Amino acid sequence: MTIESHVPEDVPQHWLRQSLTNRSFVTGLVITALIAAMALISFVWTPYDVTNLIVADRMKGLSAEHVFGTDHFGRDIFSMIMVGSRNSIAVAIVAVGIGMGIGVPLGCWAAARGGLVDEALMRFNDLVFAFPALLSAVMITAIAGPGAINAIIAIGIFNVPVFARVARAGALALWPREYILAARAAGKGKVLITVEHILPNIASMLLVQGTIQFALGILAEAGLSYLGLGAQPPMPSWGRMLFDAQTRMMVAPHLAIFPGLAIVITVLGLNLLGDGLRDVLDPRLRRER
Amino acid sequence: MTAFILKRLGIGFATLILASVVVFSVMEILPGDPAQLMLGMNATDEALRALRNEMGLNDPVLLRYVSWIGGMLVGDFGNSYTYSSPVIELIGERAIVSLPLAVIALLLSTLIAIPVGMFAAARRGSVADTSVMGVTQLGVAIPNFWFALLLIYVFAVWLRLVPAGGFPGWENGIWPGIRSLLLPAVALALPQAAILARVTRSAMLEVLGEDYIRTARAKGMPRRIVLWRHALRNALIPVLTILGLQFAFLLAGTIIIENVFYLPGLGRLVFQAITQRDLIVVEGVVMLLVASVVIVNLAVDLTYAVVDPRLRTRA
Repeated sequence: MTIESHVPEDVPQHWLRQSLTNRSFVTGLVITALIAAMALISFVWTPYDVTNLIVADRMKGLSAEHVFGTDHFGRDIFSMIMVGSRNSIAVAIVAVGIGMGIGVPLGCWAAARGGLVDEALMRFNDLVFAFPALLSAVMITAIAGPGAINAIIAIGIFNVPVFARVARAGALALWPREYILAARAAGKGKVLITVEHILPNIASMLLVQGTIQFALGILAEAGLSYLGLGAQPPMPSWGRMLFDAQTRMMVAPHLAIFPGLAIVITVLGLNLLGDGLRDVLDPRLRRER
Repeated sequence: MTAFILKRLGIGFATLILASVVVFSVMEILPGDPAQLMLGMNATDEALRALRNEMGLNDPVLLRYVSWIGGMLVGDFGNSYTYSSPVIELIGERAIVSLPLAVIALLLSTLIAIPVGMFAAARRGSVADTSVMGVTQLGVAIPNFWFALLLIYVFAVWLRLVPAGGFPGWENGIWPGIRSLLLPAVALALPQAAILARVTRSAMLEVLGEDYIRTARAKGMPRRIVLWRHALRNALIPVLTILGLQFAFLLAGTIIIENVFYLPGLGRLVFQAITQRDLIVVEGVVMLLVASVVIVNLAVDLTYAVVDPRLRTRA
């Protein structure tokens, strides 16, 4: 960013060129866009109606009519995957939102105040990180009852310390800078400085972390649904489809292949997008590749 | 050094106390009466009242918290509501499945990931490096329970090399036990190994750019010795940090993986106990897992000082 400040007129073009030549970024963006499009299209059109059970067509293999075959209720697997993507995306987005919405203000607050507030936040982070996230998610959903909403809350809670940590580390590095000192000298309050100077400068870090947590959220949701604690039937979800597939794998392995691939491709796309974003937004953090 | 150790110990201890308060409070506000659970729906009021008194459920909250903590310190985790046996026995029976599973998974992932990461770093930019990085990118994206299903299909259903699930117990010999833990361990190790290989590679790349590496090479030391003796040791700090963090993921991962393979381990115990509202078992296992996470991370912090002598003087 220091380099860019010398040639401000080049910034937008430079940014765009960098993004479009970054292989991770482009691949990740294309995959993510395709998955998002699939979820959106599923609201208006799917090849088959996923609420329509045709038992006569159960567990059919791959064919022209059913590209990914059918499940044990005769539902079209491709349509199920399309509808299931909504659930995965919605849970992950809201969970990241919870994490950012609570974690970022907490982290900024701790960095601005320092002292006891900072110490308290760090201990809170230690505490949450001491609980294996999935174990706690299982506890929360089992206690509050299974369902998409509780899965969101369970995953969201564990995003809070992650974002608090990233925001705090980013903000702490910025506070001693000259321009912050100048803003303070000019009489700006800590809140105003945080909003006007700190947040825009840590936004790229948060965005990158957001993509990573998004991917982790999709994996976590799939895990919870697999255990029967996520979205409840008849709402299709990728994790649940894998659970249903397990006992029928001897006769119909395709039941397990496609929902799993959907998860892998989505998570891979998001991770690539995150890597690419990091390279493009913050060249200083660029990892050796 | 002493100040550093004392501070870390203090933080670890505080975390454990806080965690115990959280676990206890959560279990406290949950609906469900253990006495009712043990005696069934047809129990008389007198019987219920007597049992509640006997179990100390009518004592003040603080007293119950203190006796719960005090009990755990001397190995008394209370009695399970549904299994009607001491929780510590249940934990013991299950730990002899989960612990070997976690250890095999950790060994597998470390033994694969560190050499692979070093190899990729040493041949940076080559086709081998790019493909290793591609594979690890994929490994991070694969949910371990799906990978487990694929493993079951290939090695248990198709090739019939290993059982598809279940656990024969150690009393039938070590080998049958290990055999049924192999697939779950591989499934658990995959994402861990992928992350670890990436971390090892980037840590190595950083170290390989240092002057002392060039000096060692310049004075004629073979490349391999420089890699293993000079570079690896210096790259170990980030690798150790990730290993410590992964231990928590490994513990949590056993919940899903043990369910996939029907293994009678701690993960499955806690999962079943939660669904059966056997809260005292949940409390015990969760506290044990939290304690092991805290202790492992503490141990990792202390190993820093061993690996990097510069940290010994810093508090």
